[in-house]
Order: sequence, then C-alpha cells, then structure tokens
Amino acid sequence: MKFALFTGCVAKGATRELMLSTTKAAEGLGFEFVEMKSASCCGAGVVSEKSPLLADALNARTFSIAEKQGLDIVTICSTCQGTLKKTEAHLNESKEYKEKVNDILEDGGHQYNGTSRIKHFANILATEEGMARLKSRIKRPLTGLKVAAFYGCYVLRPSENSDFENPDNPTGMEDIFAALGATPVYYPSRVKCCGFPIVMMNKDASLGMSGNALVDAIDHGADVVATGCPLCHLSLDSYQPEIELLQKKNQSIPILHLPQLVALALGYTPTQLGMDSHIVSTLKINQILSGSVSSSH
Amino acid sequence: MATFRIKRFNPEKQPEPYFEEFNLDIADGATLLDCMNEIKWTLDGSLTYRMSCRSAICGSCAVKANGHALLACQRQGEHLLDNDDTITLEPLGNMKPIKDLVVDFTPFWDKINKVKPYLEPKDEAPAKERHQSQEEFRIIDDASTCIMCGACYSDCNTLEVDDNFLGPAALAKAQRFVGDSRDSKTLQRVQDLSEPGGIWDCTHCGECVERCPKPARPFDRIKEIMTVALENGVHNNNGARHALSFTNSVKRSGNLNENRIPVESMGFFNIPGLLSLIPIGLRMLLKGKVPPVIHHSIDEVDDVKRIFKELDQ
Ligand code: SF4
Ligand code: SF4
Ligand code: SF4
Ligand code: SF4
Ligand code: FES
Repeated sequence: MKFALFTGCVAKGATRELMLSTTKAAEGLGFEFVEMKSASCCGAGVVSEKSPLLADALNARTFSIAEKQGLDIVTICSTCQGTLKKTEAHLNESKEYKEKVNDILEDGGHQYNGTSRIKHFANILATEEGMARLKSRIKRPLTGLKVAAFYGCYVLRPSENSDFENPDNPTGMEDIFAALGATPVYYPSRVKCCGFPIVMMNKDASLGMSGNALVDAIDHGADVVATGCPLCHLSLDSYQPEIELLQKKNQSIPILHLPQLVALALGYTPTQLGMDSHIVSTLKINQILSGSVSSSH
Repeated sequence: MATFRIKRFNPEKQPEPYFEEFNLDIADGATLLDCMNEIKWTLDGSLTYRMSCRSAICGSCAVKANGHALLACQRQGEHLLDNDDTITLEPLGNMKPIKDLVVDFTPFWDKINKVKPYLEPKDEAPAKERHQSQEEFRIIDDASTCIMCGACYSDCNTLEVDDNFLGPAALAKAQRFVGDSRDSKTLQRVQDLSEPGGIWDCTHCGECVERCPKPARPFDRIKEIMTVALENGVHNNNGARHALSFTNSVKRSGNLNENRIPVESMGFFNIPGLLSLIPIGLRMLLKGKVPPVIHHSIDEVDDVKRIFKELDQ
C-alpha cells in the first residue's frame, strides 16, 4: 500500500521522533510512504483565523500534489487531519467556491479534483486490511501494557469530517492497541482537547485541561498514553513537568506517539524510535514489557 | 425494556447527587423527552427537568445523555441506547445543578448580556425598516438560529477549567452583531472580544459545533470574529500575534518556524510572558527536542508565496 505522506511541520521540528517512528512503522508494516516535500503547512486552523480562503487555497494545493501522484494522503497529526478535512469539506460544499480556489491554484500548475482521500495513520490501521497486516507482523506483543488513547480532538470533531465510526465514543485507537497485544484503557477524557491551542494565550486553562486528562488516564489505570497528534504530545509530554495538578499528586505518565507504540510491537527498539528524546521518561514501558516491573495498577 | 440511569439531586433532602434507575418500554418513535415524561407521569412525579415546546424550538430541554449535551425533544430514545440498553441522563455541565436535571443558567445569561446582544445602529431609525441585502444577512443568518439551549456551554472544554471564558453561546451571539451591516460598534466589539476570556481563549475543541442542535455552530462563528478582529487591526494580544506570526511563517517558508512562534506570540516587550517560555525551552533543548535552528523551506515555496500575493496576504 502506497500513500503520500503529509508530515506536518511539528514532525519535522520539535517532535522529530514522530517522523523517525513513522518511517519505522511504515517499514515494518510494508507500507510505502512518499513524503510530500512540496506541501505547505496545513495552517492548523490558525491561518484560517487570518483568512479562510488562504488556508483553503494552500490545502487545495496540497491535495493537487497528491492527486498528480495518484495517491491518497496519510497524515500523522490529528490537527493536520482535521484541518485538511475541513478544507476538503469547504471545497465540496459549492461548485463556485471550488472554482474560485482552482483559479488561484492555476498559475502554479495545480488543480483540485477531489480524487485523493485523506486519512489519518490510525484510520489506515483501523481497517480490516490494516488490522490483518498489523497482526501478521507483530514480533513483540505489548502484553501487560495498559495503554490509554488520547485521540486529539481535531480528528473527531466535527464528526461529519471524521473517519472514526462513532466520534463521540470511538474505538479505533483502542482496537489497534488490542491488536498489538496491549490492554486498552477507556476513560472519558480520551476524546477531549488537550488545551494546546491556547497555551500561549491562557496557560493556566491549557495546563488545566491536559492535567485533568492525564489524571483521568492515571486514575483509570493507564501505564502510558498514546496519541495520534504531535501537538497533543507537546502538551502532554513537553509541558508535563509544569502541570500543577500532576505535581501536587506527585504523578507522571509517559506519552507515546501512536507510530512509536506500533513500531515497538513490530520489534523496533525504543532508541530506534526516539523514545529517549521525550521529556517524561519512557523507561517504565520497557520495564513492563520486559517483565521486570509489573503494570503499575 | 430500556434502563434510564438518571442523576437525581435534591439538596433539601440529601446534599450529594446519586443515580436512580427506571425501567421503561420505549414506545415506537418516542423522543427522549417523551420517555422522561412517561417516567415522570407513571413512575416518579418528583423527577424534575425543564421542557416546553417539544419541537426543538424553545431550547428548554437540553440535558446530558451518555455524557454529551443534546435536546431531549430532538432525539429518539431508541437511538440513544448504549450497548447495555441503558441511557444515562445527567444535568448540563459547567453550570450548577439546582434540582435533578435543572441547572442554574445565571452565568450563561450574564455572559450573553456581556457581549451587548443588541444592535447599536449607525444612524437614526429610518421611517421604515433598515434594509439588508441577501449577502449581508447571510453573514449573520447562522448565529441568529441560536435557541439559547446551553448545550454548547455544557460541553465546552475551556469552560471546564476557566469560568471567566465567555463561552460558545455568548460568542456566537456576539458574531451576530459583529457581522451586522447595520451596527456601528464593530471595532469596539472586536476589541472587547479580544480581551482575556474572549475569542482567543477558545481551545478549538469543536464540542460546541458537535452539540449545537441548530446551524449556529459557535466555533465557526468564533473564527469569523477572529478574522474581523485581525482585519480591524486588533493585534495587541497573544492570540492575534500568534495567528499573524503563524501565517507569516507559512508565507516565508511554506511551513512553521516553531522557534519564532512562541516569542512572536508573547510579543517582544512582554517580559513576564517571555520568561514563562524559558522552562519549556530549556527542557526541550536538553532533550534535543528543539527544532532545527536553520529553518528549511518546503520545496516549491515560490508557489506558496505566489498564492499569498494573489490573495493580498
Ligand atoms: S497542524 Fe501543525 S503539524 Fe500539522 S501541518 Fe499544521 S502546523 Fe504542521
Ligand atoms: S487535543 Fe489539542 S493538540 Fe490535539 S488535536 Fe485537539 S487541540 Fe490539537
Ligand atoms: S470550540 Fe471553543 S467555544 Fe467551542 S466548545 Fe471548544 S473551547 Fe468552547
Ligand atoms: S449556540 Fe447552539 S448549542 Fe449553543 S445555546 Fe445556541 S442553539 Fe444551543
Ligand atoms: S422542549 Fe423546547 S427545545 Fe426541547
């Protein structure tokens, strides 16, 4: 299976371990991911604050690049996925709007036709074919590891743009965890926002949200949280030492990118997946998997 | 037989809320509100909730069903059953329960009033009506459909952690006047709405869009206010600076320069804001998580620049 990989900016910047582990996961699964080197940033729902038309034109250009290659797009960021799908919905809402955007693209030799699908990495795995492929290639089942999903709200809402079957109560990520041999942990905050978009504007509120979510995961017995969004990862991992609620309770919990978790089960080592670059130590995961420490709950 | 797990609360009798279960056969096509009425009329007359129109018009009957706010009269009971043939009903979130499923809407209304939900017209009232073109009306049409049910307010992720936030319904109402061609206070409005607690405190969670039973879809309206605020030069806050810095980065290189955004968002003269960035910056530096110092452009960045130019951005 071949896809055009829309990396997003953060996977090439602050969370390079996401890019690293995506490459490994794809290799292990036998997926061919062709990096879209000329695609622009999706705008993260922020460029559209300045100009909705600008954001849509940039993303339509991205779609056109994949269409020329005859490939569907795979994203590794919930925010990218949600933002790109929003543009797609706008373009398909009216013919006039689509023409207007295509006029803007024309001089760059681009045209949006709508022939490429846009899928999050999790949604490629959570298909029958993806699951079958996953199960047949597992080398090191994640037995005994309790994993809590943090979906990244952009990939769920608005639900009409989501590929998950029941975005208010999705099971796609948890199904993947189970296929990897891990134990999925269900907790209410898994579908909430991590607060990242307002960390620069209202840090207390932002860290209040991430704190509530992580305490919820810990209270439900999770050893680790896995997310499909590098921005969630920044919020949940890089900012974790500043989350007062966890500090007060003297708690911490490692955060993995979904491709890291998948690649672990495919037999790659934590170092190969950049797990040593996280702010919150991931050592506990290795210990649980090697049986030297039992799951904490 | 369906089970209704209902959160009961009567502070005059017992300080803590508790769940009570009722069993009921859901009649064909019965709405959730029909079921609640059936329980009240045949099983327990003390069950308390608000209702009036039964047709998704008055906005009285919003409750949480299985954890998410909705209008009880707009959904069929059958469709809300979970795997155990159960529906869990709770009062709306982010507001104080008064009794059973009834909550205190005072903060909700206070915030609606705070955004001056009335026209401040440009000139004296004409002899007849004030005209609006179809296009002008379309800008405020969606926001006008709000029925003040509070479903969005209940599930808003920012409100869960910050009472000071105006919240989705008030901001949707604000857009109704920010976008009104007959209003004279656009600039003042977007200035006020850019203050702490306003548009830039929205965390993009999309809950309000998902819960809204009408086309009002608050988050979409909030984004419209943001665009008007930026167009009107209201740039002196972290939210606006963030949007501008972000957009400029994409214009320069086609992607995001994560080293510049935090500093530019805080503003160069905001010393406490800049100092607050140091711990995270240091942590990331020590782990080698800092983005490359030399920021690379995407391939074919000239085409991206061309698009910016063509749109006068
Ligand atoms: S959402 Fe973030 S990571 Fe994804 S392309 Fe946009 S800026 Fe980059
Ligand atoms: S949870 Fe936070 S970072 Fe993740 S998609 Fe939602 S807003 Fe973005
Ligand atoms: S999108 Fe904004 S206003 Fe709407 S529920 Fe989320 S935080 Fe609240
Ligand atoms: S915006 Fe929608 S959900 Fe919010 S109060 Fe109005 S109608 Fe209800
Ligand atoms: S009873 Fe009026 S909206 Fe439900």
